[in-house]
Amino acid sequence: MTETFYEVMRRQGITRRSFLKYCSLTAAALGLGPSFVPKIAHAMETKPRIPILWLHGLECTCCSESFIRSAHPLAKDVILSMVSLDYDDTLMAAAGHQAEAIISETIDKYDGNFILAVEGNPPLNQEGMSCIIAGKPFNEQLMHVAKHCKAIISWGSCASYGCVQAAAPNPTGATPIHKVINDKPIIKVPGCPPIAEVMTAVVTYILTFERFPELDRQGRPKMFYSQRIHDKCYRRPHFDAGQFVETWDDEAARKGYCLYKMGCKGPTTYNACSTIRWNEGTSFPIQAGHGCIGCSEDGFWDKGSWYARLTDIKQFGVESNADKVGGTAAAVVGAATAAHMAASAVKRAKQKGE
Amino acid sequence: MSQVEAYKIQSTPAVYVYEGPLRLWHWINALAITVLCVSGYFIGSPLPSLSGEASDYFLMGYIRFAHFAAGYVIAVGFLFRIYWAIVGNYHARQLLLPPFFSGKFWGGVWHELRWYFFLEKEPRKYVGHNPLAMVMMHLFMVWGLLFMIFTGFALYGEGKGMGSWQYEWFSSWIIPLFGQSQDVHTWHHLFMWAIVIFVIVHIYAAIREDIMSRQSLVSTMISGWRMFRDNREPDDHYLK
Repeated sequence: MTETFYEVMRRQGITRRSFLKYCSLTAAALGLGPSFVPKIAHAMETKPRIPILWLHGLECTCCSESFIRSAHPLAKDVILSMVSLDYDDTLMAAAGHQAEAIISETIDKYDGNFILAVEGNPPLNQEGMSCIIAGKPFNEQLMHVAKHCKAIISWGSCASYGCVQAAAPNPTGATPIHKVINDKPIIKVPGCPPIAEVMTAVVTYILTFERFPELDRQGRPKMFYSQRIHDKCYRRPHFDAGQFVETWDDEAARKGYCLYKMGCKGPTTYNACSTIRWNEGTSFPIQAGHGCIGCSEDGFWDKGSWYARLTDIKQFGVESNADKVGGTAAAVVGAATAAHMAASAVKRAKQKGE
Repeated sequence: MSQVEAYKIQSTPAVYVYEGPLRLWHWINALAITVLCVSGYFIGSPLPSLSGEASDYFLMGYIRFAHFAAGYVIAVGFLFRIYWAIVGNYHARQLLLPPFFSGKFWGGVWHELRWYFFLEKEPRKYVGHNPLAMVMMHLFMVWGLLFMIFTGFALYGEGKGMGSWQYEWFSSWIIPLFGQSQDVHTWHHLFMWAIVIFVIVHIYAAIREDIMSRQSLVSTMISGWRMFRDNREPDDHYLK
């Protein structure tokens, strides 16, 4: 039988005291009450580790980079050592045929009982040749593993929505996971990358309770994606007051006013950056003086500009926004109305003259 | 004024078309649309930044409050308008249920188009709306307003948060339907301009036809009575 989480942690030299601390911190991070701490501890002591196969499709590895930087010291050490991460071509020591053999081994051993974590997505155009893993299109590997897995974690915006490689015109046909696999439960953890602590917390929740946390309609864990950046932004008082940065490096920028006019996507982006923040809670984009670019939202590359409040509407050829399109239409109709008014006046004058 | 002329004016028939509650709805709706367009524009493109302490001001908050309050007025007004279409008089139903299956109606639309292109010499006489006006009002003030109410509540629900009825009834399905929140914002903004265009055309057409056609329009929405310039049989009698 596989080792339990607790056994692994003890083997790693973690004291029981640290282990219990970790349990209570995890409960707090997941938004659970103190009564859940012993449950987490019990689960960790008794449950065998669920293996994870972490596949990489068309992606930039920023999700992995984020994941290994999970600031929570215990979360970082423990999750990495306690997760039975059987396959992750970026992190694993094995390579080539040895690495690929692990996939078939895990499938044989834990058929229908392992988690598939996908970073990136499969390109479907050109017979999938834009992403080749072990000599075969990534889509084939993904389909093969997905058929045998228990559930799927879509890491990051690539797997969840398509991200930059799926931005218009999407030459490789990059397609998010939920559009190629529809017979397995999928949890989306969008972001480019997702916040490290969000990633570790999602893994911990799934391993502890053997089920997904509560998801919203789009399949994202509610505990991290139920509020917008804007709702918890520390610059929100400046927004309500009507105090905005007008140009980069103006007095308002130095005073830390709201970045709404500079195209901050905080009001339309669901993520936990303004509460959990990044790099051990040091900062997040808005705190650093740059607006949110909305990286955890569907198709954010095509919802620019990142520096304008109103989205470009590219269907109108030149880059335009709702005000330019609508304002032009209103001006044309206004001018036409004025011309019509003049013609009507002429007609009436003529009739009176008759 | 000769005796004959005075007699003719007195005998000009008038019909009571718009009942009190409907007129009230019209003007409240007009006011709410004005507030929504102005405040909505300033939500998309805020006023110049204020300096000083954030706690001294609540400008953006008030603009947004005006927008949300007027939005509720429009939404409640819309529900009332549906109710009034049921209990009100015959004319109250025209906005929601134009006679789209009547050939004569589409003939009337064609005639009105020709009239606006100065191809018809004689205007027709209507007790209710003219057919083209009916199409316009149905499109913009039923479907256009519904679009704005639904997308508006979807955006409002985002601020109210998950669990609020606004979020559950509107945001939870409308935002994924459009893609993401930013898309809903853009569409909501574009339709604002569609409503502005409707307002321009609506006001112009109402004043123009008041002067050039056979019946009163502007005063009718104030008093409720449709006045006519002559005793001819109305052209929309087939609707009855």
